[in-house]
Amino acid sequence: MTQLHSSAGEGRGSGATEPGVDQSGKKMTFGEGGLAFVFAVLSLSCITVAAKTHDAAYAFHAYLSAFASLAAVFVILNRYVDRPAALPAREIDGKPNYNFGPVKFATIAAMFWGIAGFLVGVIIAFQLAFPWLNLDLPWTAFGRLRPLHTSAVIFAFGGNVLIGTSFYVVQRTSRARLAGYLAPWFVVLGYNFFIVIAGTGYLLGITQSKEYAEPEWYADLWLTVVWVTYLLVYLATLWRRQEPHIYVANWFYLAFIVTIAMLHLGNNASIPVSVFSPKSYIVWSGVQDAMVQWWYGHNAVGFFLTAGFLAIMYYFIPKRADRPVYSYRLSIIHFWALIFIYIWAGPHHLHYTALPDWAQTLGMTFSIILWMPSWGGMINGLMTLSGAWDKLRTDPVLRMMVVSVAFYGMSTFEGPLMSVKSVNSLSHYTDWTIGHVHSGALGWVAYISFGAIYCLVPWLWQKRELYSLRLVNWHFWISTIGIVFYISAMWVAGILQGLMWRAYTSLGFLEYSFIETVEAMHPFYIIRAVGGVLFLVGGLIMAFNIFMTIRQPETAEADTGARNPSLVPAE
Amino acid sequence: MNETYRALAEFAQTWGLLYFVGIFLCVLAYALSPRRSKQFEDAARMPLRED
Repeated sequence: MTQLHSSAGEGRGSGATEPGVDQSGKKMTFGEGGLAFVFAVLSLSCITVAAKTHDAAYAFHAYLSAFASLAAVFVILNRYVDRPAALPAREIDGKPNYNFGPVKFATIAAMFWGIAGFLVGVIIAFQLAFPWLNLDLPWTAFGRLRPLHTSAVIFAFGGNVLIGTSFYVVQRTSRARLAGYLAPWFVVLGYNFFIVIAGTGYLLGITQSKEYAEPEWYADLWLTVVWVTYLLVYLATLWRRQEPHIYVANWFYLAFIVTIAMLHLGNNASIPVSVFSPKSYIVWSGVQDAMVQWWYGHNAVGFFLTAGFLAIMYYFIPKRADRPVYSYRLSIIHFWALIFIYIWAGPHHLHYTALPDWAQTLGMTFSIILWMPSWGGMINGLMTLSGAWDKLRTDPVLRMMVVSVAFYGMSTFEGPLMSVKSVNSLSHYTDWTIGHVHSGALGWVAYISFGAIYCLVPWLWQKRELYSLRLVNWHFWISTIGIVFYISAMWVAGILQGLMWRAYTSLGFLEYSFIETVEAMHPFYIIRAVGGVLFLVGGLIMAFNIFMTIRQPETAEADTGARNPSLVPAE
Repeated sequence: MNETYRALAEFAQTWGLLYFVGIFLCVLAYALSPRRSKQFEDAARMPLRED
C-alpha cells in the first residue's frame, strides 16, 4: 500500500500538499463517492464470506480482499481531502496535460513481477533437473510453482507492460489526457491485485486447472470488472483525441483489450459451488471444453503476447530509431490479416485427440496462413530501421528491440511448422514446445518489453538518458546467450524425447520405458536452467539500471530536444 | 440435430467464407488506395511528432 500512496502522490503532482491550494467550493465527484461506497460494501461482504467459509485458503483471499477494499476507501477519501477543488485540467496552455502516474506504477510493477517470474522460472527449471528441490512440500511442488511462473511472466510482467505502454501510447498519439480521474488507477491497481490473488491462490492450491486460465471464479469476476474499465478508459481517451487518424498501435492495443475480454468470458463460463467455496465448474464439458480452452489459450498467445506487443513495436521502434514506420499500408494489412486469421488457429493444440478431424485440419491450415501476416509485420518492423541501421551499433536499446522482432519472425516461423500434423506428432508433449514458447516469450515478448521500459523510464521521469547504456549492453548479451542456451537445449531435448517415445523394437514393443526418456533429458534440463539463470542475471542488471536512472538527480532540460516529454507541463 | 449442424456448417463454409473474403478485400482497397497515400505518410510519422 505504500507503493500506492507514493505513486498516487506523483500522479497528482506535488502542488496538492503545498499551501495555497484552492479548496474553496470543493465537491466530491460521483466517481469518488460511488467508488468509496462500493469498496466499503465489498469490504463488508468479504468479511462475511471469510467468516462463513470452511476453506482456509479462500478465507485468506477474502480477508485480503476485505483489507484491500478498506485501504481503497481510505486512499480515495484521503486523495479527495488533499486535492484542490478543480480536477486536473485536460490541457495546460494549449498542450495536453498527460496523466503518467498510472504508467509509472505499471512500469515499476512490470519490473518487479518480471524479476519474480524469471526467478520462479529458474527454480522450476532446477526442480526438473533435481527433483529433490520440490522439498516434498505442497506449496513448493512443481505443479503449483509452474502456473505461478507462467502467470507471473505473462500476466504480471507482460500485462503491466501492456497496460503501462498502452496508457502512454494512447495519450501521446491522441494528444489527449487519459480519460477518467480514478479509473486509470483503478485499472492498474485492480489488475495488480488480481495478480496477487491469482499467484497466492496457486501456491495454496486454488486452481481451475485450465492452462493460462487457472484463477478461480471470484478472481475472474474481479478481472472482468477491471478489464471492462480498462476498455472504457481506452475508448474514452481515443474519443477525445486531437488527431483525426487513430494510429496503428492503438488498433493493436484495442484488438488486444477487446479479444482478451471475449476470451476471458468464454473460457471462464463457470458456476461456483457456493459463494463460500472457491471451487467452480465450467458449463462446457469434454471435448467442447478442451476446444474452448485452446481457443482461449492460443488466442491469449495471439492477442496478449502478439497483438499487444506488436503495438509496442509500432510505437517504440519508430520513436527510438527516429524513423517513420516503413510502410503504413502494410501495417494496416498486417493488423487485419493477423486478427482475421489468428482466431481460428487454436485447434492445433488438440491434434490427434477427440476433436473432429476437420477442426484439427482447420486449425493447422490457419496456422500456416499465419506465416504471411507474421512475416509481413516482422519485415515492417525491421525495415523501419532503413536509413538508421548504424544505430544498431551505437544504441543497445534499439538493438534489443530489433533482435526481439527477429525472434518474433523466428518463433512465428516455428509455430506454424509445429502445427503441421505430421510435425506435431513428433513435437507435441515434448520439450520442443517449451523451447518454442520460450523463443517467443524470452526473445520476442520480453525483449520488446525491455526495450520499451528502457525508452519509457527516462521519458516518464524526465531524465536525459538511462543511467548506463553500457549496462544495457551487458544485459543484452548475457540474456541473449541465456536464450540461446535455453532454446537450443530444448530443441535437442524435445526431438530426442519425441524420437525415443516412438522407437519400436523389431518385435513391435516400445524400445524405451518412460523413465529412460526422463533420464535422457537430465543434461539438457541443466543447460536450460543455466540459460534461465543468465536471463535472470540480465533482468537484475536491468532493474539496477532502471533504479539508478530514476534516482539520478539530473533532470532533462527543455533544450534536450523535442523527444523528451519533459516539455509536458506538470499536472 | 444432425440436420441443423449440416445446415449451419454449410452456411459457414460458403457465405461465411465469402463474407470474410469480402471484408478483407475492402481492407485491401482501403489500405492500398492511392487517394490515401498522403494521409498514410503522415500517419507513419505520428510517433515522431511532438506537442
